[in-house]
Amino acid sequence: MSIFEAILLTVITASTPLVIAALGELVTERSGVLNLGVEGMMIMGAVAAFAGAQISGSPYIGIICGIVVGALFSLLFAFLTLTLVANQVATGLALTLLGLGLSGQLGEAYVSVPGIRLEEIVIPLLSDIPVVGPVLFKQDFIFYLSIALVFGVSWFLFRGRAGLKLRAIGDSHGSAHALGIHVIRTRYLAVMFGGACAGLAGAQLSLVYTPQWAENMSAGRGWITLALVVFASWRPWRVFAGGYLFGAVTILQLHAQAFGLGIPSQFLSMLPYAATIVVLIIISHNRRTTLINTPASLGKAFVPER
Amino acid sequence: MSPLNVPASGALLSVQKLTKFFGSFAACNEIDLDIAPGEIHALLGENGAGKSTLVKMLFGVLEPTDGQILWEGRPATIMSPGEARKLGIGMVFQHFSLFEALTVAENIALSLDDSIPIGKIAEEARALSEAYGLPLDPHAHVADLSVGERQRIEIVRALLQNPKLIILDEPTSVLTPQEADRLFETLFKLRAEGRSVLYISHRLEEVQRICDRATVLRHGRVTGACDPKQETPASLARMMVGSEVAAVTHPERNDKGEVQLAVSNLSVSARTPFAMPLRDVSLTVCSGEILAIAGVAGNGQSELFDALSGEYPVSSAEAIIIRKKPVGTQGITARRLLGAGFVPEERHGHAAVSAMKLSDNLVLARSQSDRKAFLGILGIIRQGAVKSAARRISEVMDVRKSGDDPSAGSLSGGNLQKFIVGRELDRQPAVLVVNQPTWGVDAGAASRIRQALVDLAKAGSAVVVISQDLDEIFEVATDIAVISEGRLSRPYPADELTREKIGLLMGGLHEGKHAAEAAHAH
Amino acid sequence: MRIELEKRPQVSKLYAFVSPLLALVLTLIAGAIMFAMLGKGPVEALDAFFVEPLLEVWSLHELAIKAAPLILIGVGLAVCYRSNNWNIGAEGQFTIGAITGSYIPIIFYDWHSPLVLPLMLILGALGGALFAAIPALLKAHFNTNEILTSLMLVYIAQLYLDWLIRGAWRDPKGFNFPVSRDFAQEAIVPAIWEESGRAHWGFIFAIVAAVLVWFMMRFTLKGFEVVVLGQSERAGRFAGFSSKRMIWFSFLFSGALAGLAGICEVSGSIGHLQPAISPGYGFTAIIVAFLGRLNPLGIIASGLVLALTYLGGEAAQLSIGVSDKVTRVFQGLILFFVLSCDTLIYYKIRIVWSRVRGGAA
Repeated sequence: MSIFEAILLTVITASTPLVIAALGELVTERSGVLNLGVEGMMIMGAVAAFAGAQISGSPYIGIICGIVVGALFSLLFAFLTLTLVANQVATGLALTLLGLGLSGQLGEAYVSVPGIRLEEIVIPLLSDIPVVGPVLFKQDFIFYLSIALVFGVSWFLFRGRAGLKLRAIGDSHGSAHALGIHVIRTRYLAVMFGGACAGLAGAQLSLVYTPQWAENMSAGRGWITLALVVFASWRPWRVFAGGYLFGAVTILQLHAQAFGLGIPSQFLSMLPYAATIVVLIIISHNRRTTLINTPASLGKAFVPER
Repeated sequence: MSPLNVPASGALLSVQKLTKFFGSFAACNEIDLDIAPGEIHALLGENGAGKSTLVKMLFGVLEPTDGQILWEGRPATIMSPGEARKLGIGMVFQHFSLFEALTVAENIALSLDDSIPIGKIAEEARALSEAYGLPLDPHAHVADLSVGERQRIEIVRALLQNPKLIILDEPTSVLTPQEADRLFETLFKLRAEGRSVLYISHRLEEVQRICDRATVLRHGRVTGACDPKQETPASLARMMVGSEVAAVTHPERNDKGEVQLAVSNLSVSARTPFAMPLRDVSLTVCSGEILAIAGVAGNGQSELFDALSGEYPVSSAEAIIIRKKPVGTQGITARRLLGAGFVPEERHGHAAVSAMKLSDNLVLARSQSDRKAFLGILGIIRQGAVKSAARRISEVMDVRKSGDDPSAGSLSGGNLQKFIVGRELDRQPAVLVVNQPTWGVDAGAASRIRQALVDLAKAGSAVVVISQDLDEIFEVATDIAVISEGRLSRPYPADELTREKIGLLMGGLHEGKHAAEAAHAH
Repeated sequence: MRIELEKRPQVSKLYAFVSPLLALVLTLIAGAIMFAMLGKGPVEALDAFFVEPLLEVWSLHELAIKAAPLILIGVGLAVCYRSNNWNIGAEGQFTIGAITGSYIPIIFYDWHSPLVLPLMLILGALGGALFAAIPALLKAHFNTNEILTSLMLVYIAQLYLDWLIRGAWRDPKGFNFPVSRDFAQEAIVPAIWEESGRAHWGFIFAIVAAVLVWFMMRFTLKGFEVVVLGQSERAGRFAGFSSKRMIWFSFLFSGALAGLAGICEVSGSIGHLQPAISPGYGFTAIIVAFLGRLNPLGIIASGLVLALTYLGGEAAQLSIGVSDKVTRVFQGLILFFVLSCDTLIYYKIRIVWSRVRGGAA
C-alpha cells in the first residue's frame, strides 16, 4: 500500500466521526434547535460503546450502545429546552459539562484497558479496483454507515414530506404550529437523531479511531462539529466535504509532527482549532448570506398558545 | 342549548355561547354567531375585541373553555387546523403562516394532505390562482414576494381545500385600495359558488360595501347582529365601541412656521435581503404641520423611520436637517439633543422592553436627552426623579396599569402606546416622528393619542406620522405624501386628496414598474 | 399526558430566590442516588463531600482559594451573559492572563521591587483582556459566533502554555521538569491570615470585584445599558446604545477579570507556572454565574458552593474512595437543575392529563 493510500485511510478514519456528528446536528438545527451539547453526547457515546464492547465482547453491540446512550442523553437536553423552555445555549453547555464528567466517572474502570477494534468489512469485487478499491471498500461498518447517512439525510430533508415539515419548523415555528404541524414532537425526534449520531461518532472514536478509552478523548471534536454545520450552510453534502477537510487538517498535522518539520508539536496541534476559527470567519462574515442560509427560528424558544 | 337557535334555513356554521379564558381574562364571553351558506358575514370589532380569538377556536388553533360549535347542524369539536380543514373551513390569517426560505408550492403543500405529490400541487395551485384572479408562480421563493402576493398564497392555499367557509382576518390591512378591489371580486365569485366568507375587519366602509350580515364584538361579547347596509357608520361604531368616542378636534389650519425637519434626496440601500431601499426621498415639515406618510406595509416605512431617527445614520450629513443642523451622519442621541423625539412602530422589543418596568422604559428613551435630570455622578440613575416623571406621564396620558411601576408587558397595547407617546411629548419635542401611532390600539386610546399629536403641532412642533390607516391620516394630517417601493410622492394638502387618489399614488408607482417590466419581457 | 407552560404576567420574585436553592436540593438528592449506585452509603458520602470540608479552618482557607477565581471569573461572565455575549473561553483568558502576569517573575526574576506584584496583576488582566479581544473582534466585525471562537481559543491557549513551559520558560535548575522557576517572595500574592491558612488576597479581590460590579449593574446607566442590550438589541439602539461597543466592553471586561484570576491563582496558590494551572475554573465559572442568577452578590454565594464541590471531591476521594470525577458530575448536575428550576420563574407548569373540551350544553 502506498503512502498516499495510507494517508487517505487515516483521513477517512479521522473525518468519519465529524461527518456523522455534524449530520446529526444539522438535522437538529434545521428543526430550529441549537444543541451545543454535541461534545457531551459524543463522549458519552464513546464510553458507552467501549463499555458495551468490553462487556459483550462484540464491537457491534458497542456501536448500538453508543447510539442508544447518545440518543438518551440528548433526551435530557430535549426535555429541558423543548418542554421546560430553558435557555438552549446554557443547556447545551450543561449537557457537555455533565457528559464530560459522567463519562469520566463511568470510564474509570476502562482506562488503559485494551480495546476491541471494529474490523473492516471487505466488499468483494469492488475492493479489487486499483487505488480506490482498498480505500473505499475495505472499511469498517461505521464508515459505510456514514456514507449511507449523507445520502439518507439529504434525501429526507429535500425529497421527503417529513423533511419539508422539519425545514418549515426551522424557518418559522409559529407558522408551522398554526398549520397544525407538531413542532415539539418533531423537534424531540430531531434532537434525538442528533444525539444518536453524536453517540455513533463517539463509538467510532473508541472502537475505530483509537480502540481505547481515555478521559476527554473527544478533544473538542464536538465543538468543531458545530462549526462544521455552520460552514456547510446546513447542507448535507457540504458537511461531507467540510468534514473531510477538517479530517485532513487533523491528520496532516499529526503526520507533520512525526516528520519532524521543526515546528513545535504544540503549534501543529493548534491547527485544527485555528482552522475552525478561520473557516468560521470566512463563512460568517457576509451577513447577507448568513441571514439567508440560517434556519430562521434557530435557538428561539417556542411556547405554543393553547 | 335550544334548538330554536338554529335558523330555519339551516345555518352552515352556528356558534353558541362560545367562551375562552386566558387565565382570568375572558377573551371571548358567551358568543353566539350564525353564518348561512352563500353569505359574506362580517365580524366587526376594534382591536382587542376578541375577533382573532374566536376565529382561532373555529379553526382549531385554540381550545374553547366553554360553549359549542355546530357545523351544518351537527356539534363539532375542532381539535386542530387539520380537522377544521376536513370539515370544510379554511382560514387566511392576518399574520401569514408562510415560510420565507421555501417556495410557493412547498408552502402550499405544507397545509395540505400528505398524500398529494408536490409537483401536482404546484400545477393545481397555478391553475387555481389564475382562475380566481390572483396569479402566482409556484416555484418562486416566498422571501422574494411582496405582501400582496404573499396573501394570494394564503388564499390559494385555503381554496385548494375546497372549503365551504373561508375566514379572512383583516385581509385589506396590507393591500392598496386597488388590490382590495381585486380581492372583493374574488369574494363575490366565492359567494356565487355557494361558499361563505367570514370577513373580520374593523373598517366600516368595506363591511358596508361587501357584507350581507354582520356580528359586532366588544370586549369579548356580542353587542349586535345586523345587516350592515341598513346601518350607518355611526351606529356600527357605537356597537363596536360603546359610548361615543371623542372625535379628534382639528383646529383651523395652523400658521406654518419655520422648517424644522428637512430631508433632501435621501437614498439608502437595503440593509438586509428583505429590506426596501429608499430612493431619492425628500420632504420638509414646518412648525405647526403634521405630515402624514401613507403607504401599505413593506414599502420602506421602517427604513425611512430608521433613517430619520438616526438609529441607522446615513452617509450624507446634509440629507437630513433638524432645526437647521445637518444630522444625517449622526446617531439618535445627537438628534434627540436637538429636540427631536421618535416613536417606533414596534412597542415590544423596540420602543419598550416588555420585561422592564415603566420607569426603566422611561430611562430607555430619555437617558441621554435628560442627563441632568435623570443621571448623577458615575452615571448613577436617579430613581426618584425617574419614577416621579413616569408617574406624571401616566397621569397626563391616562395610562391604566396595575400598580405604581409595573412591567411594560403587563399593560394593554393601548395603554403602553399612550405611555410611549407621552414619554416623548413630556419633552415637548420640536420635531416628532411617529411610525404607526395607533396600530393595535383600542379606540379610546387611539383617539387620545391622535388628539395629543394634533395638540403638539398646534403648540408649534413639526410632526411626521407614518401610517397604514387612511382613517387616521385623514383625522390628523395637514399634509399627506405617499410612500411606495421606497419612493416618496410630493406632499399634498390633506383636503386635496381622496382615498382613490391616495390609492392611485400607492399603486401608480407599482403599476408603472410592472408595466415597464412587462414591456421588457417582450 | 403532557406538560404545559403558562407564561406568568410578571416574573416571579419568589421563584427567583427559591430556584437556586431548589436546584441545590435536587442535586443533593441526585447525588445521593448516584453514591448509592456506586455502592457508597449516601449519607456518609454527602457528609464527606459537603460537610467535612467546612469543619476545619485550614479547609475554609482552601475554600476561599478555590472560590476566588470562580467568583472573579463568574462576575465577569455575568456581565457578558446579561448583555447576550456568550464568552465561553474564560478558561483560555485565564491561561493567557497567567502567562502575561508571570512574565516579570520569570524573565525579570532579578528585579526586586514592591512594584513587581501590582505590575504582574495589571499585566495579567491586560493579557486576559487582549485574548478576549479576539472573539470580540470576530463577533463585532466579522459576524462570527463567539461561542465557538472563544472555545477554540481555549485549546490554543493551553497548547501555547504547554509549549512555553516545556521550552523557553522552563526552569533551568528544574531537573527538566516542565515547570517555571519559582516566583520570588515579592511576586507572590500574600496570604490574608497567614497563621491559619493559605487563603490569599485573590479572595479579597474577588469579593471587592463582585460588590463593585453589583453596584454598577444595579444603580448605574452602564448596568442599565448591559441589561437592555441583552434583552433587545433594537431597543438598545433606540436608546442610543451600541451593541458593537457592548461586545467589546463585555469581552474585555470579563477577559480582564479572568486574566486577573489566572495570575492570582498562579502567583498566590501555586507559586510558579506549569502546564496544569486550572481544574477547569473557566468552565465551572459558567455554572457559578448561572447558579448565582447572573447577580454578582449571588455569585459570591454560588462561587463558594462550587468551590465546595472541588474540596468535597478531594475529601471524598480520601475518605470514601470515590474518584475525583464525581466533582465534575456534581457540577454538571447543578447546572442542569438550575436551568430546569429557572423555568418556574417565568412560567407556571401545568400537567394536562387529557384534552378536555368545555362543557357541552
